[in-house]
Amino acid sequence: MIVIGERINGMFKAVNQAIQERDKKAIQDLALRQLQEGADRLDINVGTAAADPVEAMAWLVKSVREVTNVPLSIDNPNLGTIKSGLEACSGEKMINSTTGAEEALDTLLPLAKQHNASVVALCIDEKGVPVDVDGRCEIALRILTKAMEYDIPMDSLFIDPIVLPVKADQTGPGMVLESIKQFAMLADPPPHIVIGLSNLSQGAVDRKLINRTFLAMAVGQGLDAAILDPLDTELMDAMIAAEVLMNRAIYSDSFLAAYRQK
Amino acid sequence: MAVEEPREKWSGAVAAVRIGATSEEGGTRRGVVTLGGEATLPFLHFEGATPNPPVVAMEVLDVKPQDWPEALVKPFADVIGSPADWAAKCVKEYGAEMICLKLEGIHPDFGDRSADQAAETVKAVLKAVDVPLAIWGCDVDEKDNVVLPRCSEVAAGERCLIGTAKEDNYKTLTAACMADGHSLIAESPLDINIAKQVNILVSEMGFPLDRMVMYPTTGGLGYGIDYAYSIQERSRLAALGGDRMMAVPVVCQVGQEAWRAKEAKATTEEAPLWGPAEQRGPMWEAMTAVTLLQAGSDLLIMRHPSAVALVQRFIKGLMQR
Repeated sequence: MIVIGERINGMFKAVNQAIQERDKKAIQDLALRQLQEGADRLDINVGTAAADPVEAMAWLVKSVREVTNVPLSIDNPNLGTIKSGLEACSGEKMINSTTGAEEALDTLLPLAKQHNASVVALCIDEKGVPVDVDGRCEIALRILTKAMEYDIPMDSLFIDPIVLPVKADQTGPGMVLESIKQFAMLADPPPHIVIGLSNLSQGAVDRKLINRTFLAMAVGQGLDAAILDPLDTELMDAMIAAEVLMNRAIYSDSFLAAYRQK
Repeated sequence: MAVEEPREKWSGAVAAVRIGATSEEGGTRRGVVTLGGEATLPFLHFEGATPNPPVVAMEVLDVKPQDWPEALVKPFADVIGSPADWAAKCVKEYGAEMICLKLEGIHPDFGDRSADQAAETVKAVLKAVDVPLAIWGCDVDEKDNVVLPRCSEVAAGERCLIGTAKEDNYKTLTAACMADGHSLIAESPLDINIAKQVNILVSEMGFPLDRMVMYPTTGGLGYGIDYAYSIQERSRLAALGGDRMMAVPVVCQVGQEAWRAKEAKATTEEAPLWGPAEQRGPMWEAMTAVTLLQAGSDLLIMRHPSAVALVQRFIKGLMQR
């Protein structure tokens, strides 16, 4: 699994405060803690609070880059802020995200190519989030075709079937699971399939239980990347166990410790 | 639209383990050997690097072998019983790049030699040859735990490869190797899950992964080689896929296992239709070796000089790009 740590996000109060005060150490600590708990990449999101998100993104990226070389996921809906993050980021990076709408793809895929960045592409288009599996597959296929046109390697493409809060629509999670299975068959080699996990339990109680149960189910369908909270130990344990159960990692009596020693 | 080449992109690579220390490094070896380092499946040079060729170590026993057939004894007839002379002959006459000293004589049932006697043998062999040395215990935990630390101590600085550590007996040897700067062989009984577990246990003691070699147990040709092969293959796939706990070089007991087979050891008189024993046995050993090379073996411990020569030539061919 490619674990993208979600904690550096201006939506969290402490992170927001750290951004406001330009508290570099707080951000760097959070980066290192996530990596220690098993994150492979780190998502960088300024949130909505920063007065100047373009500048704040560059500061965040540079601050994190001082302490780690892992790929950084530049997370923002605004093109200017994404560009600022990409330019500030030395080493490996990814764009999070483009939608499957034609205009977005034609803007962000060339940008990804130009910066040699990976890219997360959401299964959402001009008409919104599809109401069924077929709609998601149709968009995924369009994303794949465009990615090939722009010469994005499959290994750099992360397709996101879009996870919505289960509290709002209980048919959603099942559809996402089926979509994951279908996406894995769209190309050979297949693109990565990623979800933003925490959205699933938005507004619900027992959020962690919902998140880890779904993550294990999604791994069973072929999910190979997720944006999640690596500081949630039970969540990480469930993911590690799911990978062992799917024979994607070799079992040993110390399998949890082994994963964390990687 | 560009067509992507069907190459695997591996995220991991096998650790490179150096055995032997030259005088600059505090030892007395003429050269060192490096095991492992592969970033692709065996010999797929078009896909990734195989920086170090597999190494053949010739087996030397501390005592007269009990069950070696005549065809195997013959090349060593004049030196058997003197490990130092035996080792020197392997290096000078048979071109051994490395020696594996097997301490069979410390086994309670086969001589019960003491730790001090074993240590003297280790010193004598180190003096007699200038290639890197592996030291292998007798597989009786209590005895190994007494003898191997003593051997480790007298060989300190030579960066030997010492084995074996097992799931339920790894602490003593790991501590000794750590203290004396040696590398360690981690053994498991043809079981990939235990193989990984031993590696984890040893590394949790703070022993560095780039000083570990694993011995997943070897099956000889016709006698379980397929099990050994598939376990090695699966570990290597995991290693290349990023499983660091499996990303250590692999050692195989080729000679020991091949010469257990009746096809290797039957005399010409016993099996006239199988061809002359002096060719058949070495061929059985060589076939076992070349099969295991394809599974990703990094160190082959072998016995018969003809088999060794054949396999060394074969490795040279495989390493050509």
